[in-house]
Amino acid sequence: MRSIIRTVLLLMTPVMASASGAVPDVHVEVDLANIAGLQRGAQTFFNYCASCHSAKYQRYSRVAEDLQLSYDQVEANMVFTGAKVTDHVVVAMDPEDGERWFGQAPPDLTLVGRSRGPEWLYAYLKSYHNDSSRPLGVNNPLLPGTAMPAVLASLQGEQEMDADGHLHLVTEGSLDEAEYDRLVTDLVNFMVYIGEPAQMVRGSIGVKVILFLMLFTFLAYLLKREFWKDLH
Amino acid sequence: MVATLKELLIGLLGWVDTRFPLTKWWNEHLAQYYAPKNFNFWYFFGSLALLVFVNQIVTGIFLTMNYKPSEAEAFASVEYIMRDVSWGWLIRYMHSVGASLFFVVIYLHMFRGLIYGSYKNPRELLWLFGMVIYLLLMAEAFMGYLLPWGQMSFWGAQVIINLFGAIPFGIGDALTIWIRGDFAVGDPTLNRFFALHVAAIPLLLVALVFFHIIALHEVGSNNPDGIDIKKHKGPDGIPLDGIPFHPYYTVKDIFGTGVFLILFAVIIFFAPEMTGKFLEADNFVASNPMVTPTHIAPLWYFAPFYAILRAVPDKLMGVMAMGGSIGVMFLLPWLDRSPVNSIRYRGPLTKIAVTLFVIAFLVLGALGTMPAGDTETLIARICSVIYFAFFLLMPIYTTIEKTLPEPDRVTMK
Repeated sequence: MRSIIRTVLLLMTPVMASASGAVPDVHVEVDLANIAGLQRGAQTFFNYCASCHSAKYQRYSRVAEDLQLSYDQVEANMVFTGAKVTDHVVVAMDPEDGERWFGQAPPDLTLVGRSRGPEWLYAYLKSYHNDSSRPLGVNNPLLPGTAMPAVLASLQGEQEMDADGHLHLVTEGSLDEAEYDRLVTDLVNFMVYIGEPAQMVRGSIGVKVILFLMLFTFLAYLLKREFWKDLH
Repeated sequence: MVATLKELLIGLLGWVDTRFPLTKWWNEHLAQYYAPKNFNFWYFFGSLALLVFVNQIVTGIFLTMNYKPSEAEAFASVEYIMRDVSWGWLIRYMHSVGASLFFVVIYLHMFRGLIYGSYKNPRELLWLFGMVIYLLLMAEAFMGYLLPWGQMSFWGAQVIINLFGAIPFGIGDALTIWIRGDFAVGDPTLNRFFALHVAAIPLLLVALVFFHIIALHEVGSNNPDGIDIKKHKGPDGIPLDGIPFHPYYTVKDIFGTGVFLILFAVIIFFAPEMTGKFLEADNFVASNPMVTPTHIAPLWYFAPFYAILRAVPDKLMGVMAMGGSIGVMFLLPWLDRSPVNSIRYRGPLTKIAVTLFVIAFLVLGALGTMPAGDTETLIARICSVIYFAFFLLMPIYTTIEKTLPEPDRVTMK
């Protein structure tokens, strides 16, 4: 019986895999224990993303606590809106202005690490290319017709897409390829972090809970065996 | 001193017992409730269902303290719970993972009933109470899923409520507006679903679970051999194959609880989204009536029935097939004509039928969460036919097959 079920499930796996085709086949190293990387990601986020995008469910102070920064450091390097350090990361741009300037208001990014996933974000941030048919002169295969300009082009350089859909660098940016990959990885890590700050503690608490439960279950097993000995 | 304390407590118990049937109930339902001694793995899931039910109520109460059931605030209040409420993320995951595991446990519990014939005479009413619990649980889960107010919450509710629109004679449209309290899913829908989710349905569930257990204790538990242990009683009137539920099954269930909690904790702490199966990625986007998600899928526990719905080309017929796929389970005690209860002593036809049914149910469950192409629809149709054939042909195959002789006393295998 069990083997039949397993066989059926195995037969179904290719069908299941093809159903989720939207996630690009890239590898991005997500490591929330790398605090220095998260700090660099936060810096990139607040320098390049947060002038248009909010992260309105996340507080600056929480970033400070989780990323081992002082409130003063966060206030000096990340708060550009005059907000208090305990405020949520909202944006100064009026959503109606955003809609007028870009065609749609820039979306909130607090949870984009969860809704899109790190692979998608990583691929998206690396796939901008010149496209003269678009109002902003750029496009992105991950989100065709994207309303977002190529904000990181000064770092990455400009890309062109050839007839086969491959991207080629045509002008140099201020970072080389490895440096840019590192920057995007750090940024994606930071976005994965703000998607769920509890991730910083979830795993380590989980290990303790499970160890306790294993001990509990072992003792419960001994108790059960003791009681059931006098049956039969 | 010790003796006097003991005397004091015995005196207190006597005082309570003359005013409330405490000792009587303890004995009737635990210490002198005689359960068959041959319960196996499958018998853990009744007590585990009760455990998860308590988990849902307790975590639900704490979530209610911080959640705001309004269109404007619901999504943000869930993120507030996840970030600013002390241990809020844990409470929320215990509730969301608990909801999915509730269905895992209930499906295994129902499967146990199916293979050992636990619904057969005299346990028909016990089965019916259980089926009503299952229906209420589906309503509870569906309404609870609207509350985070993400895209899947909104569009899932929109799609499911619109199913009622298939009812003809002008009833359908009026009914959908009545359910939503609006022309589209909105603030009134969220408010009433919240009320039903936290008060009405839980109250009904508590009542039904109580009836389910009372009915069980009236007729006594079935067992993997499907034979009646009351046929052989000792001189004291106690079934020879029966053991008191407490302490034997209480300690056994504590062990089962431990194993279950380990699994529960692994998911909560290391995979609370369960790769999108327990918490869908699209539900981390706040609901937006202007943007329809490319693929609206029900959560896994509704998926088999959703696949049956989609397998039927006509909308009204599809809704009826989906309703029928759940409704037909109510009839199980009367569809099964076999002279024996347990699958252990049934003929090959029942064994083949149950195997095919399980495969069809799992395949339908997988298909229900995927976009439906031509191949998927064809497979879903074949599996839907198997699903219904399992029930509707049961009176035939359980009558014509040759069963094995049942043992006189329970076996410990």
